[in-house]
Amino acid sequence: MKLLISIARSLLLARWRQTFIAAIGVTFSITMFVALLGFMQGLNEMMDSLFLNRTPDIRLYNEIKPAAIQPVQLSPDYHSDHHFIHSIKATGHRQEIYNSIAILEALRRDKRVAGVASKIVMQAFFNEGTIDITATVNGIEEYQESALLHFADYIVEGDASSLEKVPNSIILGKALAENLLVNVGEMVQLTTPEGERFPLKVVALWQSGIQDFDKVQSFTSLATAQKLLGKTRNYLTDIQIRLKNSTMAPILAREYSRLFNTSAQDIDTLNSEFETGSFIRSLISYAVGITLLTVSGFGIYNILNMLIYEKMDSIAILKATGFAGRDVKRIFIFIAMSIGIFGGLAGLILGFLLSLAIDQLPFHATSLPTMKTYPVSYDPFIYCIGGAFSLISTYLAGWLPSRKASKIDPVVIIRGK
Amino acid sequence: MADIILEARNINKYFHDPVDVKVLSDINFKVNKGEFVTVTGKSGCGKSTLLYILSTMDTDYEGELLIDNVSMVNRPEAMLARVRNEKIGFVFQFHYLLNEFSVLHNVMLPGLKLNRYPIQQVEHHAMEKLTRLGIEKLANKKANQVSGGEKQRIAIARALINDPCIIMGDEPTGNLDKKNSELVFDIFKQLAEEYKQTLLIVTHDQEFAARTHRRIQMEDGKIIPDVH
Repeated sequence: MKLLISIARSLLLARWRQTFIAAIGVTFSITMFVALLGFMQGLNEMMDSLFLNRTPDIRLYNEIKPAAIQPVQLSPDYHSDHHFIHSIKATGHRQEIYNSIAILEALRRDKRVAGVASKIVMQAFFNEGTIDITATVNGIEEYQESALLHFADYIVEGDASSLEKVPNSIILGKALAENLLVNVGEMVQLTTPEGERFPLKVVALWQSGIQDFDKVQSFTSLATAQKLLGKTRNYLTDIQIRLKNSTMAPILAREYSRLFNTSAQDIDTLNSEFETGSFIRSLISYAVGITLLTVSGFGIYNILNMLIYEKMDSIAILKATGFAGRDVKRIFIFIAMSIGIFGGLAGLILGFLLSLAIDQLPFHATSLPTMKTYPVSYDPFIYCIGGAFSLISTYLAGWLPSRKASKIDPVVIIRGK
Repeated sequence: MADIILEARNINKYFHDPVDVKVLSDINFKVNKGEFVTVTGKSGCGKSTLLYILSTMDTDYEGELLIDNVSMVNRPEAMLARVRNEKIGFVFQFHYLLNEFSVLHNVMLPGLKLNRYPIQQVEHHAMEKLTRLGIEKLANKKANQVSGGEKQRIAIARALINDPCIIMGDEPTGNLDKKNSELVFDIFKQLAEEYKQTLLIVTHDQEFAARTHRRIQMEDGKIIPDVH
């Protein structure tokens, strides 16, 4: 084997210019592959974080809708009768989740759940002079909300954790704050649907990047929200669940819905088109990467073919002096693989450097205040795939010519002279 | 009876392209150990074709071939390669050295392939062969930096590296001038006389053939019965 490698090396060095160019082809394609996929995946992750990160895997809530099973249907006396009840209306059905403390307790014990954040959603009026602005007030657990749903990432001014520290505090959507002409540290007046008026202190501003959303959203602590509504400590309207494995969301959503007798919404039904977009973007970048590699594979194929035609005599003499067909094949496979390994390795390194360069380019997205430069992913998976592809494509490119070399009949060559 | 190194039994060979032509018919002969045999005949009589069959490189023939009393019929390619490596040394009309390697390395290659001795020892053997042929000074030159006559002597050194049972030559002097032909012939002669090396040389040079132990004459794919 050592002998075959030394022969392969000599043949390589004898044609080092062509070999070098073939290796550059591989290097270039792997560089582009890694940089392109890193960039694409970075963008995908950014897109995901725009929406998916802020959406819980499962949301438990009570929907306002007529009961699916009406009381008359429950009565055994009328079981055999035909029911014709028209225009059923929802009653003053409560939005509260019943038995919320027990549900939370059960969820925290569940091994499949990564975390739970409870929430109260309510409507309120903000009073600015003579006008009232309707907005949604979300009572949240700031610590859980940041940990599970990246709440703190979208705070553009002030500090999210002040929500728990400062009593009667509120975080306003940036556009809402502009409408109300308030800044961090100032007070806003709020009127609940029941007509109670509360002064609250603005501790931070929040920006989602969706203007219409920012105009109507505000956040306060769970306790403050309960106080605004005049409810007890167990009043909750939403329970947001983050799962350890988010692919289980649809199954668990059904399970919880049945178990806790609430409505349950899972991330997959909510964001299926989002996933499709990410998938197609990845697919396109993989297709481009593989195309590049295929082209460089043809380059290797050409150079090996040329080398074999040029070294026909050498191959004949090697065979005449006792090298078997498979030895000759190994020599040329080895040449192809060393082009693949060195070209691929250089490509991975250059791809990494190119990724670093892209990572330095400034990029500002209003929707993502934490983002300063273009997003690039350094997922080792991309590098593994790139490395594996370079080896596979060079092997395939080397396989045919090597087979041809192994099949060369020395008699034909020696006679032909 | 002397040891038989090479034996051909009823060898027939056809060329199929473009029409079936019988190029060798019923070839029978033996080569004993230490013999210096030449095969002569006119161009196209099939002598080279015969040599390629005897050398195991051409496997498309009928009949039986024994090298060192082992049949070579229907053997896998890898095994035949091993036989060529171990038991046969080749000298061609055109030198066929690998230009990428030094002279010494060219001589060493079949020895390294055989892998019977460590590298240092193969190198030592190679130097010995080069010295025997008087070209030890060329050892570190590139194969394409030496003259034609020298190349042929290097090829002979390479043929000797594994101490083969038999050396086969296909017009080894065909491409050389008078002086170098003489030199190569003398080397063959010396190998046969002093080292009891078996040689089977194909040539159309009657003068060359006349000076060897035995001459096999061919015509139209057949061996002409012995003249003496």
